[in-house]
Amino acid sequence: MEKFTTHTGVGVPLRRSNVDTDQIIPAVYLKRVTKTGFDDALFAAWRGDPDFILNQEEYKHGSVLVAGPDFGTGSSREHAVWALKDYGFKVVIASRFADIFRGNSGKQGLLAAVVSQENIELLWKLLESEPGKQITVSLEDRTVTCGELTVPFEIDDYVRWRLMEGLDDIGLTLQYEDDITAFEAKRESWRPKTLPAKTEPKQVVEAARPVE
Amino acid sequence: MGTTLAEKLWNDHLVRKGTDGAPDLIYIDLHMCHEVTSPQAFEGLRIAGRDVRRKDLTIATEDHNTPTLNIDLPIADETSRVQINTLRNNAKEFGIRIHSLGDADQGVVHVVGPQLGLTMPGMTIVCGDSHTSTHGAFGSLAFGIGTSEVEHVLATQTLPLKPFKTMAINVDGELPEGSTAKDIILAIIAKIGTGGGQGYVLEYRGEAIRKLSMEARMTICNMSIEAGARAGLIAPDETTFEYVKGRPHAPEGADWDAAVEYWKTLVTDEDAVFDAEVHLNASDLEPFVTWGTNPGQGLPLSATVPNPEDFADETEREAAANALAYMGLTPGTPLREIAIDTVFLGSCTNGRIEDLRAAAEVIKGRQKAPNTRMLVVPGSARVRLQAEAEGLDKIFKDFGAEWRNAGCSMCLGMNPDQLAPQERSASTSNRNFEGRQGKGGRTHLVSPLVAAATAVRGTLSSPADLDRASVLA
Repeated sequence: MEKFTTHTGVGVPLRRSNVDTDQIIPAVYLKRVTKTGFDDALFAAWRGDPDFILNQEEYKHGSVLVAGPDFGTGSSREHAVWALKDYGFKVVIASRFADIFRGNSGKQGLLAAVVSQENIELLWKLLESEPGKQITVSLEDRTVTCGELTVPFEIDDYVRWRLMEGLDDIGLTLQYEDDITAFEAKRESWRPKTLPAKTEPKQVVEAARPVE
Repeated sequence: MGTTLAEKLWNDHLVRKGTDGAPDLIYIDLHMCHEVTSPQAFEGLRIAGRDVRRKDLTIATEDHNTPTLNIDLPIADETSRVQINTLRNNAKEFGIRIHSLGDADQGVVHVVGPQLGLTMPGMTIVCGDSHTSTHGAFGSLAFGIGTSEVEHVLATQTLPLKPFKTMAINVDGELPEGSTAKDIILAIIAKIGTGGGQGYVLEYRGEAIRKLSMEARMTICNMSIEAGARAGLIAPDETTFEYVKGRPHAPEGADWDAAVEYWKTLVTDEDAVFDAEVHLNASDLEPFVTWGTNPGQGLPLSATVPNPEDFADETEREAAANALAYMGLTPGTPLREIAIDTVFLGSCTNGRIEDLRAAAEVIKGRQKAPNTRMLVVPGSARVRLQAEAEGLDKIFKDFGAEWRNAGCSMCLGMNPDQLAPQERSASTSNRNFEGRQGKGGRTHLVSPLVAAATAVRGTLSSPADLDRASVLA
């Protein structure tokens, strides 16, 4: 994972609350088996609308999304983060994030910065009055700067450290492999195992036919 | 001070306590995979040269992409076929148990786990699907994870996690006839909002919850995520033990006794303190339906479409106005007068045998409204077989409904079962997001009873409306 310290890019005001992951990337785009190539899928339903913010020339190359509260609710699809990243977003700013989305972001190097709704409103006004205006996000200082305005953001200390160091979670966990093995040794025997497979008696499943 | 059920489960799965702000390392008892969120995780393992640590705690099935008709033919949609084949190849390469289309244990992952007896109390259960919260109904800590976490669990059988906060949802009173678990959870989400549970594990408690069957409890826990909570829990009791006993993977003999002894300790201590508490009285709960585009935008069936102007909060007002525009609804319209094109009965929320039985009971001997189609999609192939053994398929077919094979189906627009633009559904699924059931589709979330009655009348209805109509006739 790339190290993240500061980022400067065009801010995109998205005046919507509850932007769920079905809006960020509709289910039809989830069928790909790769981790990249999702840029065309981002906000696919809304991008058909010429007035949609990302269809406006000034915002087209945005990399800092400033959204309403409860961003990333709904489905756990990490594709939402991949799509935002593939499009070019490095930072999403909102006053509240859904837990799974925030977790997924941290693992993929997309910064989810929590800024108070009051300050989001100020950022929206600045970005709308001067389309194409740049925002600087400093992970080091935990601040968002837009012109004269500098506001703080919140992020979990550990996630911040991992993003700044660019560390991979699995590698970190495998340092504790002995602890995992020790835990496994004392697991109770009643705990279920998927193998060997047990099922009820096998039955033949015949396909339902189209209804006339 | 005592501990809550969620905290007990956490402590019992603690591999390593995090220090200096690092998360705790939590052991995972069961990992379920499906075709959509796993391909990139297996790819990650392959690139890093890692193996699956515990193949014996991992299981896969095909559900999101699978067609519900002609399952004996190759999948017509190429990208769906590639995704399913990718899962099959990964299962083979890494030695993971898989239940593929055509297998009696194929179906929606959250229906398959409990039915095989792999879901039981006192476990940690994860899956790359947000509705993994379903399994919390057994008194297990169960939650959805992203693909990076899927890879993490495959490689290490653990997850680094920060402790959750706890919220008690007390549901007192007795649920009136015609109201169901689905109405309880829709009412809870309407009350606390789609973000109300963020950062919390919810524990559903109280008289109304204790009286629910396991399948009804699963419906409630399933939608915890729609309130923003990653997990929902119900303390196990005799109802739970009875449900697990005798299933293919249920413990036997001395293991069973040891398990039950432990499971009985899985309750929140009397003197434990929750970080938040919510109360709901079930005794005056009417059937609930949603009118908007998030699961928190719901009202009792007797209400009318709300006016956005009546919302005090500006964000909510805007959200309501956007929702009504998308849904094509006018403020003041009685919900009962909203005409429905398609009724969908199925999903991990309401696709189990009890749900099918309840709906069949309502429609038995009646005729479907001529302009409404009804899709009945059992949650798993096993549920379908059981329903057919009970003759439920015949009731649905005689009524004029389509009887399908198991899968996620119309709950999400990933397979051939989708709404057309502006088509309106009454759906027993869990999400009414814009485009969730197909681009431009309009979704009203309902219980199986409301779904069935709606299919009879053609407008949003409850079974009580049918009785009223027959009295008038």
